[in-house]
Amino acid sequence: MDNTAYTPADYKSDQPVRWCPGCGDHAILNSLHKAMATIGVPPHRTAVISGIGCSSRLPYYMNTYGFHTIHGRAAAIATGFKVANPEMTVWQISGDGDGLAIGGNHFIHAVRRNIDINMLLFNNKIYGLTKGQYSPTSARGFVSKTSPYGTTEDPFIPAELVFGARGNFFARSIDVELQISQEVLTAAARHHGTSVVEILQNCVIYNNGIHNFITDREHRAERTIHLVDGQKMLFGKNNERGLVRDGFLLKAVEVGKEGYTIDDVLVHDAHCQSNFLHQQLAMMDGTELPLAIGVIRDVEAPVYNEEVDRQVEEVRAAHGFDSLRSMILAGETWEVK
Amino acid sequence: MTEETNVRTLDKVVVRFSGDSGDGMQLVGNIFTNVSAGIGNQVSTFPDYPAEIRAPQGSLGGVSGFQVSVGTGVHTPGDQCDVLVAMNPAALKQNCKYVKEGGVIIVDIDSFKQADLDKAKFTTDDPFAELGIRAQVLEVPVTTMTKAALAESGLDNKSVLKCRNIFCLGLVCWLFDRPLPAAVHFLKKKFAKKPAIFEANEKVIHAGYDYGSNIHATVSTYRIESEPARKGIYTDINGNTATAWGLIMASEKSGRPLFLGSYPITPATDILQELAKRKDLGVKALQMEDEIAGVCSAIGAAFAGDLAVTSTSGPGLALKSEGIGLAVIAELPLVVIDVQRGGPSTGLPTKTEQTDLMQALYGRNGESPVAVVAPATPTDCFTMAFEACRIAIEHMTPVILLTDAFIGNGSSAWRVPDDDEYPAIRPHYISPEAAAESAWRPYHRDENTKVRYWAIPGTEGLTHRIGGLEKDYNTGAISNDPANHERMVYTRREKIARIADDIPALDVISQPGADTLLVGWGGTYGHLRTAAADLAKEGVAVDFAHFRYINPLPANTGEVLRRYRRVIVAELNTGQFADYLQAKHPDIAISRINKVQGQPFMVSEVAEKVRAIIDENR
Repeated sequence: MDNTAYTPADYKSDQPVRWCPGCGDHAILNSLHKAMATIGVPPHRTAVISGIGCSSRLPYYMNTYGFHTIHGRAAAIATGFKVANPEMTVWQISGDGDGLAIGGNHFIHAVRRNIDINMLLFNNKIYGLTKGQYSPTSARGFVSKTSPYGTTEDPFIPAELVFGARGNFFARSIDVELQISQEVLTAAARHHGTSVVEILQNCVIYNNGIHNFITDREHRAERTIHLVDGQKMLFGKNNERGLVRDGFLLKAVEVGKEGYTIDDVLVHDAHCQSNFLHQQLAMMDGTELPLAIGVIRDVEAPVYNEEVDRQVEEVRAAHGFDSLRSMILAGETWEVK
Repeated sequence: MTEETNVRTLDKVVVRFSGDSGDGMQLVGNIFTNVSAGIGNQVSTFPDYPAEIRAPQGSLGGVSGFQVSVGTGVHTPGDQCDVLVAMNPAALKQNCKYVKEGGVIIVDIDSFKQADLDKAKFTTDDPFAELGIRAQVLEVPVTTMTKAALAESGLDNKSVLKCRNIFCLGLVCWLFDRPLPAAVHFLKKKFAKKPAIFEANEKVIHAGYDYGSNIHATVSTYRIESEPARKGIYTDINGNTATAWGLIMASEKSGRPLFLGSYPITPATDILQELAKRKDLGVKALQMEDEIAGVCSAIGAAFAGDLAVTSTSGPGLALKSEGIGLAVIAELPLVVIDVQRGGPSTGLPTKTEQTDLMQALYGRNGESPVAVVAPATPTDCFTMAFEACRIAIEHMTPVILLTDAFIGNGSSAWRVPDDDEYPAIRPHYISPEAAAESAWRPYHRDENTKVRYWAIPGTEGLTHRIGGLEKDYNTGAISNDPANHERMVYTRREKIARIADDIPALDVISQPGADTLLVGWGGTYGHLRTAAADLAKEGVAVDFAHFRYINPLPANTGEVLRRYRRVIVAELNTGQFADYLQAKHPDIAISRINKVQGQPFMVSEVAEKVRAIIDENR
């Protein structure tokens, strides 16, 4: 890797950004430029691959290798790209419709394989580019152009899908939390294997305020918790609240009240092999328990593309051939003289 | 061994093994093929197996067959067989129609009990009379003899019964004077990890051979002459393996690593399986989660700089359509292999057809031309897979390789090419220096060929963005400009059309004075060529032209077709290639011979239909 220092500007392309004014994507793009500069992988060693949707326009705004592909298939395309060219750092950009509806199959299988790519899931719970239809993350009863009487189906919770697919890295941020977005994107890039980063993003035109319950400045401190590996799970305006065990479940308490002390408050361990607690943390939704942002799970496991390379090397070392012809001649042949 | 028997010398013979799908017919067929090839015969095989892996035992739906033609001048597995081996009544019923007049049918008479006849839906207790069989029937107690041969082996009954096929193989080896040691050698390889089973089979193959020798007085046997082939090293190869190896050759000749993204589907899975083994040559073959992921991972690999391939059959090609369209507009090299089978939908998964031609040519949204090529024989799969890669890489385009179940599964002897027999493939790279000098943009192209440049990710100075949205001809930025779109559409079309300058001319196999041209494409070559040769022997002069390059067509196509009074297109569909040719050359009168039965042509039926067309139009 080069030692040249890069600035966010090195990752910006010359194309004008065409998202709607006020769209959450602008903030995420800025966070990504900054995270990339922090990570320091040169632009020409970086590839950004997306599907279809508003968020999937992102590759055009990067001065890297970029591929804006077809609806839902970015994970499969990124998988082939990474296996073919493992020296590249690969970012995959998808929205909730692209990644979890039409691309749901590729999403879970990429996570299951643990291919070394960083998947950004922009979750605005709506189809924006097609102008306002409900998505697979829209809440039951959500009213949209294709659900004028409210949806009659339950949504996916992206984290739950990731854990169901045996994911090893899951982080979450909110478009307006620039600092935390940068932090989780950097952690995602440094993680070996599939990293899934869900970013709650506001669609200013078709679903404005969908995350207000969480993002509202007034309540954000009570309704979110920023998890940091090795640190106490504290939240609230003055970190006066904490998460403690309650049997097999979690409970939010006031530290120093009802007999709970700071010692009762759990310490976040993102590297714990068991995902039992990670799942509980990821499923918190800001109502009873605060919505978790930050890196929730970050565990090492065999990485698909590295295993492919290792196997190629092993097989070649054990009984490899230097050419097709030598391979054929080692098999059943006869000579006509 | 054969000095006391009646020996007929034939230039080629056809043997068909048939039985339950669990009876090991493919195995004995393959061993017989390999042994024959090993003594210098030309071989051509046709496995004809059921879609069900294990249909009910003894049922008509569970019959598996393997036909092989061995000898000299072998271009096809033959229409009809000289010898049929039928392991049970169902196999007899399904296959007796393939036996030549004067042929021999070998049955395991132990499997012809009432219950067996019922399963095969015979209504009388004389199946041979019921089927009107006039061929010579050899009633052999295969089961009894196999059991007797293995009485002391200590194997359980089930394992003993599994050796019945090898008894028949021994008998057929005796009939055709095949060297048993060669057959035993293949058995030893097959059962390398099961020495007890190998020993049993070795015993049984000798028992079958000896049995044949003992009853020689009642059967005519054949001796097959070998043809001195072109000098070189040979191996037996089926079309799917040849396809896989052709891709590897292209990887070596282009310097680009080989990547396959695929998903199992009959009858194309062998290609994925073969390339999965070829990690020993550095090949990366990924079994993806579905057909779409297969093509998409390949597109990702193509963008990344690999020689990228996806393999499938008809239904899978349908699923890959959108992905292929992406490769069209992104102008990436991509090879898509369609081993055609009977359709539509799931259709006839194990049977052969040429019914995906229109899908390959036009089955995408928008104006999205791709190159299409089609190998003629199992061994030609090697050459045309190589050609598909060459065209993809040198012309920056998806190429569809249309093989079919018949040539994919069929095999023949193949001379291993020398290293210099195939040309270097020259990727259309852009270098950072050239990029800087020319202010390169991703859709800049060679104005002669219309081919854009391949910028390999990881290279400093070549970062760029491509995608499925229409791009500006000059800047490569997203463009909705109407005139630009039309220009890009015609440019992509012209790029494919100009491949015609880079492929061989159409060849004609000529007869003196012929004014009729028989035309074929793809996997029907052997049958059609033989039909034309047979007609010539009968004094009917018919020229023969076979297309392996479908889109674009060879540059001399129109000129060749216009030389003839009659042009007859024979194909295994309702007339897709004939329609295509007709659309390109409206002035030519085209007659058609079509068959859509999931089966290859029979040489005799083609010859007959050609004769009828000539007679009608004197």
